[in-house]
Amino acid sequence: MLDILERKPVILLLCAAVVIMIGTAVTMIAPFKWINDPSLKIAGVKPYTPLQLEGRDIYIREGCNNCHTQTVRPLVADVARYAPGSTDGYSKVGEFVYDQPHLWGSRRTGPDLARIGGKYPDAWHYKHMEAPQTMVPKSNMPKYAFLKQPLDTSLTEKKMKALGFPCTPAELDAVKGKTELDAMVAYLQKLGNDIPWRKVAAAAPLVGDLKNPYSGNPAAVAEGKTLYEQNCAQCHGANLKGDIGVALAELAKPEGEIFSTIYQGLDRLGMPAFGETLGKEKIWKVITYIASRKGQK
Amino acid sequence: MNVKALYSDDVTKGFLTWSIIWGLVAVLVGVLISFQLVFPQLNFPPYLTYGRLRPIHTNAAIFGWGIGSFMAMFYYITQRLTKTTIWSPGLAKFQLWLFNIVIILAAVSLAMGYTQSKEYAELEWPIDILVVILWVIFTVNIFMTIMKRKEEQMYISLWYIIATLVGVAILYLVNNASIPVSLFKSYSAYAGANDANVQWWYGHNAVAMVLTTPPLAIFYYFLPKSTGVPIYSHRMGIIAFWSLIFMYLWTGAHHLLWTPIPDWVQTLAMGFSIVLIAPSWASVFNGYFSMNGQWHQMKDNYLVKFFIFGITFYGLQTLQGPSQAIRTFSGFIHYTDWVPGHVHMGALGWVSLIIFAGIYYLVPRLYNTELYSVKLANVHFWLAVVGQLIYSISMWIAGVQQAAMLHAMNPDGSLHYSFMETLTELYPYWHMRAGGGVIYLISILVFIFNMIKTIQNGKPAPGVTAATAGTV
Repeated sequence: MLDILERKPVILLLCAAVVIMIGTAVTMIAPFKWINDPSLKIAGVKPYTPLQLEGRDIYIREGCNNCHTQTVRPLVADVARYAPGSTDGYSKVGEFVYDQPHLWGSRRTGPDLARIGGKYPDAWHYKHMEAPQTMVPKSNMPKYAFLKQPLDTSLTEKKMKALGFPCTPAELDAVKGKTELDAMVAYLQKLGNDIPWRKVAAAAPLVGDLKNPYSGNPAAVAEGKTLYEQNCAQCHGANLKGDIGVALAELAKPEGEIFSTIYQGLDRLGMPAFGETLGKEKIWKVITYIASRKGQK
Repeated sequence: MNVKALYSDDVTKGFLTWSIIWGLVAVLVGVLISFQLVFPQLNFPPYLTYGRLRPIHTNAAIFGWGIGSFMAMFYYITQRLTKTTIWSPGLAKFQLWLFNIVIILAAVSLAMGYTQSKEYAELEWPIDILVVILWVIFTVNIFMTIMKRKEEQMYISLWYIIATLVGVAILYLVNNASIPVSLFKSYSAYAGANDANVQWWYGHNAVAMVLTTPPLAIFYYFLPKSTGVPIYSHRMGIIAFWSLIFMYLWTGAHHLLWTPIPDWVQTLAMGFSIVLIAPSWASVFNGYFSMNGQWHQMKDNYLVKFFIFGITFYGLQTLQGPSQAIRTFSGFIHYTDWVPGHVHMGALGWVSLIIFAGIYYLVPRLYNTELYSVKLANVHFWLAVVGQLIYSISMWIAGVQQAAMLHAMNPDGSLHYSFMETLTELYPYWHMRAGGGVIYLISILVFIFNMIKTIQNGKPAPGVTAATAGTV
């Protein structure tokens, strides 16, 4: 047997092809049947609109997937970081049925983006894409200010047809006159929003005693100031006067309510939830710092 | 009988020259993007950003340097092992032209942002078609040379060469299937989890069929040629060959552990990754045992260092790889710098050291001269090994540290570190990695200087000399 293989190159070639095809058949061809199982469909998942699709193509063009993944794994830390507040916010098969190609990536030089949609207001994204370091100090992301150029819409209709996505003439018209950055932000804001993980999160009640354990504590003020500068100043201003976010200097709300807002976020206003990333103690320190600034210039 | 009359080596010379040029480009771009990670102001949008340059780095390294060298050496080895000349030297010459056109188109189109986005399959569909033509020409030429061979038995290197030809063809055709929208834009034929599974079946088996079987073909041919001792066990080589090309294809999904692809696919990938240690280490042992009684050559013969360090890094790579393929460990280090550390041990340590050895063996013979400086070859060797180790070790530590920070939780169930707190910890390691890259770049420059000097000392082909004919 081996003798024949060593003397007949055609037989060797065919045998090698057959051997290669066995593992291929089982692990590459067969899984289509499992992945395409109708029970894994998610009703809320919708195809991309023309603007979102153009944004996705810019994401591909710029190679964003070289630094950002789009799969939240069913691991405690992954879910806490990328689907905060949920227990089942990890990625599901049914979410990706319109993703040609997939953009799962292989390296998180930057954070995962599978659930970035709705985490920040549009204004945050515009500022961040233009100069990431103004919103995230010490970030190593390149500046994408050049995306403010007009979007090329000559292929939009053809692209939608190629992928079989439905669209109205009004949607196609809406793309005209937009910038590449508009499209990119529209795409980012869709990511992760077709499944209800966030609504579950918002419904979760915040239990426990909402009393600030650090009231007036000078050490907590100092620490809270650093935390504020790292996490809050980008939207609420270094002087607490507000920018994308509301002004905090004169905020007349009970501390318990401020805590809930920081912990759970406010979808309506684009305020992200910080409960999972900062934790209770750091949030109270930030509140202590905000309180210490009341009545100051 | 005149060697030059029997064998056609011009195409080998051409491919070697160009593979070295593309290898230099790959390392230069690699060093640039390693600095971009530390100094974001080194990104020059739109063409020279990390996102567009990283695929140029990987494509230049894998296809320009890797495939280019393998094409050179496959033509050389196949002629010697079949004792016959290339089926069509003219076609081979055309192949060299097409190869360089493809690599240049790849670099330009990736910088322009034309990409399919799938790793190591970024090139848009018109270039894919050129790649397919290139591969068909190569396959036909090598295979027809084997068909008309004058040596009936096929040495194991030819097995690996044949597996490479058929394996790459299957992988490339399936994964690059796409729906064109224009000359510069297409969408993958597969969606979502299907696309991911096809992609990593391709991605991991590109490691098998481009970065494992070709260097093994080279290793099995050039180690005995360089040392004068035969391979320890032909039988072990045969068993390793069939089990390697059988098992590799099951393992792609270890790149997708904990993602939404079916659990059983992940589990199979995990299991086969571990079993794959056996055929990998059969080749390592074949290398080591061949040196029985010949270990003094590590000191006396500079080529042996390249081969033995190369196969040792292969051995380490094929232990580390399976360990990463285990769910628990993958859950910890996947998506961190651990993985680039792993990849570069394979790329710089294993594949490149074997290619260097092959080039050092070939160039003096192809140009009828001696190596210009063995001393510089040793300098090249040590700089390359030190540069690579600094790269890999700093990335392994960085990966473990970031993984530990990303998974750290407070007693109340919240995360202990924000993402940015983990990222800023990486900057010192990224400086170290860039330093390792610079050292590796210097090693390449030493190598190129040595090659240029050697070729300048080259003599025109001698007349009929029985002596050189005997060395084939």
